[in-house]
Amino acid sequence: MSAPNKSYDPVEVSALQPESLERARDEALAAIAAAADLDELKQVRLAHAGDRSPLALANREIGALPPAGRAEAGKRIGAARGAVSQALKTRQAELEEERDQRVLVEETVDVTLPWDRAPRGARHPLTTMQERMADVFVAMGFEVAEGPEVEAEWFNFDALNFKPDHPARTMQDTFFVEAEESGLVMRTHTSPVQIRSLLSRPLPVYVVAPGRTFRTDELDATHSPVFHQLEGLAIDEGLTMADLRGGIDAFVTGMFGAGLRTRFRPSYFPFTEPSAEVDMQCFVCRGASAEPGGDPCRTCGSEGWIELGGCGMVNPRVLVACGVDPDRYSGWAFGLGVERTLMFRHGVEDMHDMVEGDVRFTLPFGTEI
Amino acid sequence: MRAPLSWLREYVDLPAEVTGRDLAEKLIAAGLEVETVDRAGADLEGPLVVGEVLAIEELTGFKKPIRFCQVDVGDANGTGEPQNIVCGATNFAVGDRVVVILPGGELPGGFKIGSRKTYGKLSEGMICSVSELGIGEDHGGILVLPADTPVGVDAIGLFGLRDDVLDIAVTPDRGYALSIRGLAREAATAYGLPFKDPADVELPGETAEAYPAAIADPSACDRFVLREIRGLDPDAQTPVWMRVRLHRAGMRPVSLAVDVTNYLMLELGQPLHAFDRSALTGPIVVRRAAPGESLETLDHVKRTLDPEDILITDDSGPISLAGTMGGLTTEIGDRSTDMVIEAAHFDDIGVARMVRRHRLHSEASYRFERGVDRDLPLYASYRAARMLAELGGAEIVPGVTHAEAPVEAAAITIPAAHPGRVAGVAYDRDTVVRRLEQVGCAVTGGETLTVTPPSWRPDLTDPNDLAEEVIRLEGYEAIPSRAPRPAAGQGLTAAQRLRRRVGRALAGAGYTEVLAFPFVAAKDWDDLQLPAGDARRTTLRLANPLSEDEPLLRTTLLPGLLRALAHNVGRGFGDAALFEMGVVFRPRPDAPARAPRLAVDRGPTAEEVASVDAALPDQPHRVAVVLSGDRERSSWWGAGRPALWADAVEAARTVAAEVGVELTVKQDRHAPWHPGRCAALYVGDTLVGHAGELHPRVTKAYGLPARSCAMELELRRLGEPVTPRAPHVSTYPVATQDVALVVDTAVPAAEVEAALRDGAGALLEAVRLFDVYTGEQIGEGRKSLAYALRFRAPDRTLTAEEASQARDAAVAVASERTGAVLRGT
Repeated sequence: MSAPNKSYDPVEVSALQPESLERARDEALAAIAAAADLDELKQVRLAHAGDRSPLALANREIGALPPAGRAEAGKRIGAARGAVSQALKTRQAELEEERDQRVLVEETVDVTLPWDRAPRGARHPLTTMQERMADVFVAMGFEVAEGPEVEAEWFNFDALNFKPDHPARTMQDTFFVEAEESGLVMRTHTSPVQIRSLLSRPLPVYVVAPGRTFRTDELDATHSPVFHQLEGLAIDEGLTMADLRGGIDAFVTGMFGAGLRTRFRPSYFPFTEPSAEVDMQCFVCRGASAEPGGDPCRTCGSEGWIELGGCGMVNPRVLVACGVDPDRYSGWAFGLGVERTLMFRHGVEDMHDMVEGDVRFTLPFGTEI
Repeated sequence: MRAPLSWLREYVDLPAEVTGRDLAEKLIAAGLEVETVDRAGADLEGPLVVGEVLAIEELTGFKKPIRFCQVDVGDANGTGEPQNIVCGATNFAVGDRVVVILPGGELPGGFKIGSRKTYGKLSEGMICSVSELGIGEDHGGILVLPADTPVGVDAIGLFGLRDDVLDIAVTPDRGYALSIRGLAREAATAYGLPFKDPADVELPGETAEAYPAAIADPSACDRFVLREIRGLDPDAQTPVWMRVRLHRAGMRPVSLAVDVTNYLMLELGQPLHAFDRSALTGPIVVRRAAPGESLETLDHVKRTLDPEDILITDDSGPISLAGTMGGLTTEIGDRSTDMVIEAAHFDDIGVARMVRRHRLHSEASYRFERGVDRDLPLYASYRAARMLAELGGAEIVPGVTHAEAPVEAAAITIPAAHPGRVAGVAYDRDTVVRRLEQVGCAVTGGETLTVTPPSWRPDLTDPNDLAEEVIRLEGYEAIPSRAPRPAAGQGLTAAQRLRRRVGRALAGAGYTEVLAFPFVAAKDWDDLQLPAGDARRTTLRLANPLSEDEPLLRTTLLPGLLRALAHNVGRGFGDAALFEMGVVFRPRPDAPARAPRLAVDRGPTAEEVASVDAALPDQPHRVAVVLSGDRERSSWWGAGRPALWADAVEAARTVAAEVGVELTVKQDRHAPWHPGRCAALYVGDTLVGHAGELHPRVTKAYGLPARSCAMELELRRLGEPVTPRAPHVSTYPVATQDVALVVDTAVPAAEVEAALRDGAGALLEAVRLFDVYTGEQIGEGRKSLAYALRFRAPDRTLTAEEASQARDAAVAVASERTGAVLRGT
């Protein structure tokens, strides 16, 4: 570094001569113009604008000038350095542009090449559908209850008011577990979870129970001996069919969107009284296909309505069998078919697809539904 | 139950414009599941008239007999002249009345009739058979009508050939709806019209007994009625209108006597049985079977009877299975003239048990199981006798046998507001009373109602049964919707959240979920190479499996998964990675032989519930994966990589990571895995499962590619999901030290790594195996394991000496435990 400029000798600062400066500037500008690529320009920058470049060295000498000459010299050096700096910047931009135009283009690959090196996976849509259906109720404050798949007849039938030898009992084509009189069955519905919930949880009880169920139906396009249901149960003080309807309506809104009507038809289940079959307005045509002149609808078969499942007010006899006081508590329950829901919500046409485990069927469903 | 609309109209005066579909909609709203409405005869077009055959000319020279007939059709053809018709059937004679379709008409199936030249004659119409008219399956020939059928009359109207038929799936609580009577009553209520009861006939004031009978077991039968007829004309035909109705209702015409009993069963809901009077010996007794008794029923099956069976007997022994099927010896025959007609009320449960014991389903038993009106037998039997008199020229023997056991009608007491409280809708008292009376109940009382259900509704026993009647008749549509207001829930349980996470993690790792049936075969255990005595061979067996080949319940997820894998391979997806999560069924060795059937008139005690649960098998959730083919495919990026035993082990680690636990892997030999490529998976000292390459015999047995791999573990053995603690993230620099250790080939890498970890101490941040080498340089039976050790202190920059010391300590422990020596020393 230079010492403070107390004394000076004009001869010593020949680098500040205008001719020298101009030469240094011109040499720099020429080198910049001659730089063929970014690497060369980097070298030029070091040589003509770096710390050891003539112009930088000249700049250091300003302090050695008499005060009267400093301003003039500073101005000239500043102008020269400015010109070089500007030229560098311009050339840098030119060369970068050139590189972008040429070099990066040369590096082009075919980005349409596939990359299926590692296979994708998926969860079964019946699994994710059960979760989705249950989650609608979990969001309302229901909890998810569970029960065993091999179940005692007392839970599967007796406690649910299926009387021994009543036709309702034999209508549920039941898998019995050996030996005879073992009292064990493959559960024919998720309703035994109602009983287990009432026996194990404090009142009030608001639960849903998704799960696997079994009946002795041969596998065909619309039946499977192994299928899934979503059970719902609400037991509280003062519950009525209006609450049942509200629960079903909330489910329909949660799964299919707002504004769809539901329809109740009287029916019969031993464990509910009154009982109903419930339909929802088709979420695709919203009933229009059933109107005169309406376009056909594949989802509802142009019925305008889609069957959701069975429901009703929990039979007081069921409450009694669970030790719940039917004079104080009442409630509602429903059972919805998961396969059915998957079939009409996603257009699954054949039950075989859901049970065979063919990856082509399952993969498109991903991990959520 | 198939109900023709015309039949219903006899008992409820429905407006003429009401169609089957209209009525169906009303009945559905009232709780009757109308599945279809058949528009029978809708495609039948007249002119279709009754004709009389005037002359028959047999045409010869053709391959089959052909007749050229002149048929009088009255004025139906507009001319009054006989109609010329060519006919290929021969079962009619001059003078017979037949059904004729004239040119311009159309038969079911779009069969248009015109004048046409055939067999050298001009045929102007057709003489019709039963099947051509769509009223039966009889292909025997032309339908020959009774001689008194008026000629020229429109046959469509005369025989009810055009009718809507409602097919109704009757729920098992509503036995009364298995009759025209019950359905007409519902139709009348739905339209607010009066109901004419077909059972409402005036009985003759009889005092004499008919054929003697007694009830020996009142628990089997509480009403038994017999009437007698004599002198039935055995040649009497069932009228066409009745045959049409029976056909529409799905029954086959048999003979007049049988058709009349069937017709009345359909109309009233009361099963009837007719015995040939001449075959009976001694008084009839209704009783249970005695040991060793047997009966040959009408279907020609000789049945060994159970002491619980309810029988109709005479001096000869059993003559009929009560309410189920008659016996062969007393069957009505072609020439029977004298009959005893039975109408009874049998115990519903008793009949239901007989049905199941003898696997004998009949229209009669179907109704008795679901409840028959106890008050019907006197009326139904009288109508049967009268019909046989009218249609078959029989003489009704005066008198009736009426044995009965007293039954008290049970009344139900409900607050008048109860239906409204159930529905969430306020019904006034008058509405409640009116609706219950429409159902047939007798109602008394003010704000508290005493309700006596009618004899045809044995299903009405509880307050809520009555509530349902009121609510359904007022309309379910009137029920408002009120959003649920549950207490705040806790969300999913830890175990439920874990299962979702595991599913997502495996899907993310490239596995596709399968939900296989849980049914397996004993052969699966052999195919899996399970040794005798393997716990997985102890299974539950289904008493009634769908396939006798697969009667067992799975104790492992693998058979179903391997089949699904084979399915995918077979369909051209050889590079497949599948997983399943589900329960397996492991019988408990100490389980009682039977699950107790607890009471239902009170809640069970905790001990009682435990006694039921003790009989259930253990049903733990398991997760399993199977892989075959390439785990990574080859393509422009380079070579692929086959699925390895290591992928299976890694799948287990993926699952364990969701729980937040580290798996310890140990070498093992365990079916169905390759004995040299089987990893036992542990959490601490708990064995959680196995993974590795499948035994070659197993892949062969399931038709899988060689070197397919599998993993199975039991979720609960991984323990409760761990709540992770945040680690301290040191900002000081890392010191890396690599070591290559030479050990015997048999030394598991996991042990070497564990020793390094233990020896390295607290400064060790991570250890990672980055190479395994075997070869000449280190000698036979030896392998070199190269590890990168990363050291870092939480509070300072480590010196080179500190890192070296830690490394040396790690190596020292590895040497001590596994005999490892530093490579190159």
